Amino acid sequence: MNDAGPAPRFPLPSELTEVAGAEDWASMYPYYTRFQPEDDQRFWFYNAMHFPEPMPAFDAITAEAPYTALGANTARMFVFPTTLGIEHRIVNGRVYITANPVTDPEEIQRRLAVFSERAGHYYENWDELYQGWVTRVTALIDEVQRIEVPRLPEFEDPEVVFQAKGVAQNHYVRENYHRLIDLYSTMWHHHSEFLMLGYGAYVVFFEFCKTSFPEIPDQDVARMVAGIDVILYRPDDELKKLAKRAVEYGVDDLFVEGCDPEKVLAALAARGDGGRRWLEAMDDAREPWFNMSTGAGFYHHHRSWNDDLTVPFAALPGYVDQARRGELLDRPTEQLTAERERIAQEYRSLLAGEEERAAFDQMLGLARAVFPFVEDHNFYCEHYFTTKFFAKVREFGALLRDQGVLADVEDVFQLSHTEVGQALTDVMLAWAAGSGPAGAAHVRKTVAERKRMLDALAGWSPPPALGPVPEALNDPAVRMLWGITAETIQAWSTPVTDGDHEVRGFAASPGVVEGTARVLLSANDIGQVQEGDVLVCPVTAPSWGPVFGKIAAAVSDIGGTMSHAAIVAREYGLPAVVGTGHATKRITTGQRLRVDGDRGIVTILD
Amino acid sequence: MSTTPFARPFGELRLTDRPTVGGKGASLGELTFAGAPVPPGYVVTTAAFEAFLAALDPGGEIRTAVEALDARDTEAIARAVAPVRERIEAAGLPEEVAAAIRGHYRDLDGESDTPGEPAPVAVRSSATSEDAEDASFAGLQDTYLWVRGEDSLVEHVRRCWASLYSVESVSYRRRLGLPEHDLAMAVVVQRMIDPRCAGVMFTRSPLTGDRSVVALEGSWGLGSALVSGDVTPDKYVIGKVTGDICSRTVSEKARQHRMDPSGSGVLEEDVPEYLRSEPCLSDEEIHELVRLGRQVESHYGTPQDIEWAISRNLVPGHNIFLLQSRPETVWASREQAPVAAPKARAFDHVLALLGGTGSGSGSGGGAK
Repeated sequence: MNDAGPAPRFPLPSELTEVAGAEDWASMYPYYTRFQPEDDQRFWFYNAMHFPEPMPAFDAITAEAPYTALGANTARMFVFPTTLGIEHRIVNGRVYITANPVTDPEEIQRRLAVFSERAGHYYENWDELYQGWVTRVTALIDEVQRIEVPRLPEFEDPEVVFQAKGVAQNHYVRENYHRLIDLYSTMWHHHSEFLMLGYGAYVVFFEFCKTSFPEIPDQDVARMVAGIDVILYRPDDELKKLAKRAVEYGVDDLFVEGCDPEKVLAALAARGDGGRRWLEAMDDAREPWFNMSTGAGFYHHHRSWNDDLTVPFAALPGYVDQARRGELLDRPTEQLTAERERIAQEYRSLLAGEEERAAFDQMLGLARAVFPFVEDHNFYCEHYFTTKFFAKVREFGALLRDQGVLADVEDVFQLSHTEVGQALTDVMLAWAAGSGPAGAAHVRKTVAERKRMLDALAGWSPPPALGPVPEALNDPAVRMLWGITAETIQAWSTPVTDGDHEVRGFAASPGVVEGTARVLLSANDIGQVQEGDVLVCPVTAPSWGPVFGKIAAAVSDIGGTMSHAAIVAREYGLPAVVGTGHATKRITTGQRLRVDGDRGIVTILD
Repeated sequence: MSTTPFARPFGELRLTDRPTVGGKGASLGELTFAGAPVPPGYVVTTAAFEAFLAALDPGGEIRTAVEALDARDTEAIARAVAPVRERIEAAGLPEEVAAAIRGHYRDLDGESDTPGEPAPVAVRSSATSEDAEDASFAGLQDTYLWVRGEDSLVEHVRRCWASLYSVESVSYRRRLGLPEHDLAMAVVVQRMIDPRCAGVMFTRSPLTGDRSVVALEGSWGLGSALVSGDVTPDKYVIGKVTGDICSRTVSEKARQHRMDPSGSGVLEEDVPEYLRSEPCLSDEEIHELVRLGRQVESHYGTPQDIEWAISRNLVPGHNIFLLQSRPETVWASREQAPVAAPKARAFDHVLALLGGTGSGSGSGGGAK
């Protein structure tokens, strides 16, 4: 990057061209998400980790709410010394972000004084505060489920009158909808509450290891810290348990490759006692463990296991086979714990002296203390809460359908969250006035138009980044979550030459294997994955856990070594290359690949 | 083989035996003791040289004459040493010395990697003097490869001794003013192996000094191709703690040095096309080399710089050999400031990092 040529840069936001058939894409999103002329001066990167597909209008809330909360936490609540919030923009349906740094040394010092006191309080009382956090977030999830979507009866219930309540049902349409949106925002505030502090503790340990052992693989640092008994693995563990039950209850023959969940459930119901017991066991597991999105929890159409049993039922036949053969399905947690200890102790013994060992112990201890949150918040927030949230939005969608505004429940997601509010107001007015809502004519046209635009936008290849290459990137979240460093940016800005058969990324999990590529752009296609495939996807989400039992390796466009995909791949002992920038564009399903997880290189062999 | 003061197998030797077996012999002994698979061999001790010289020159006239030479007068040195070398190369060995050399040689035949022929051995000088490290004597005394048969071996031991009286050797000693009467030479006789590939191994990174990795370099044939820079070797970095191969660079290896199949020296040749871009080591071999490297490192208690070779003819499990190991000196000599010191509270490290002042103890380490 030191060449004398023009300063390296990516396309500027203002240079991006429209996608044919989706010229009016901006109408789907709030005005404050649009690129402004001065945004050309800044570096933006495509957050394909969380938003690998064009955003349906409603789903844009999954960018708005998190960045509202994350920035508030870092910039205003804890007052991080060197980093403010993250800004997002939407263009052609894709979410680009940039982190705002603090660079003035005096300002950093001023913020540091505030930060030390506030962050210190959290670190000092971490376990207790985290326990409180679990209680608070669990209560939020309860509350989301208890939100009532009014029925809008022809006549109000008599007690409204006789108990002098004085408020009609149509009022609660808006109140309860707003409550739902507010709870979603609250959840994201809690999501961010511990997040940056958790990553901060991890980054400190990471940097220490990298300085003491300049060539230590990132995954070894992760191995010393990562939890063994985290609830992130629990859904997959529950599937394994169900596989064992299937054998135990003599219904294992129903679980075969490619089976249809509906048919299996029907067959189980007809199987007498064994079938009944298995169905009971599944019902026990479903709450809460099947509240796992098949994506990262940012799209309404990435249905959860509970919404769509295809994902768990795609994994069950393999586990049932193993259970039948008497293979151990349980994760060897004791062995994993012992190995984690051994690795930490051996690195510790290689340090130069007692001083360093004492510092190592402090940093490792702190990193491990914060990690239960870092790993488990994902289940509580992105999966459990979010599944319930989208389910409740669908209930409002059902109201809109029943009142004639929408043709289909799912169409509610083609309106932004403020537009849903408007549509509900339409219904409130119409119910009160005794007329029909105006929506049927207005909204259905909008929905059809937007579905068409989303289809067109899906074919657009977003550049990995926009704007000038920045001089330095020091945001811990950007580095740890998205794996974006000066090197990544360098790799992205190096043009791909024809005939180049290599795709480079981060070596996230060691090992070298060859296999057939299975490119999945959407988590909904997860059922296509065959035994031994190399999964190539925009982002490997932890909820794809069961798929990791089938695949030979994982390759992703986005993600750092601490992305959950990387963690799960290491757990399953699969090679993984993450953060390639554009693997899904370079690779097509059916190509033979060699995935070198030691070096972070994917070779296209065909 | 009965014990004799004139020849001692590697298995009996430790570093402390240096005065009688020289630096090379002592280190091969220590390496054998450390449990490393060293090609078997023995050392013809300084006592053998003393006995030989005493028989050849009972009055010590040779030493007196050499010591009187002027380091700057190369011509005089040349005139004086030529007859000495001729006498050494022509003289018979004392009976017990010859018997010791021959007897130990017959023992080496057992573990041949090219069975059915007289065992090929390397015959190398092994310097004894503390201030005459192998390094400073390098190239001054002769090394003979691929020596076969008892008679030839005895002749080459004699030639090794005679090389002490080469013009270069004598000039070097005279320049340093080393006393001739202390001068002794041990000779290492070591079973040769015919390497499919060979190379070096550092039990810390030569690039960064990282003690948590082993760096391996290897190429086809003898290690001399790599040392001389004739070939870009395959390079591997292996994590000591996990055994993971963290990086792997397979180079185009166009040239190789290999044993002349006729048994008389070294050929420098092109590597066959189909082998050039193939890795020279299997993962199993890499892991075994790393295991051996760590074993030797832990024996010495300090990172090592190791030469290794893999036999072309022996079966896996018996085909890996270490040829030499010495302490790594480059990084050892650099004083490293501690990366970090403990702080009052563990989270002070985080406050320091997020405050933009780094996590280190003021040494400049930590986050950039």
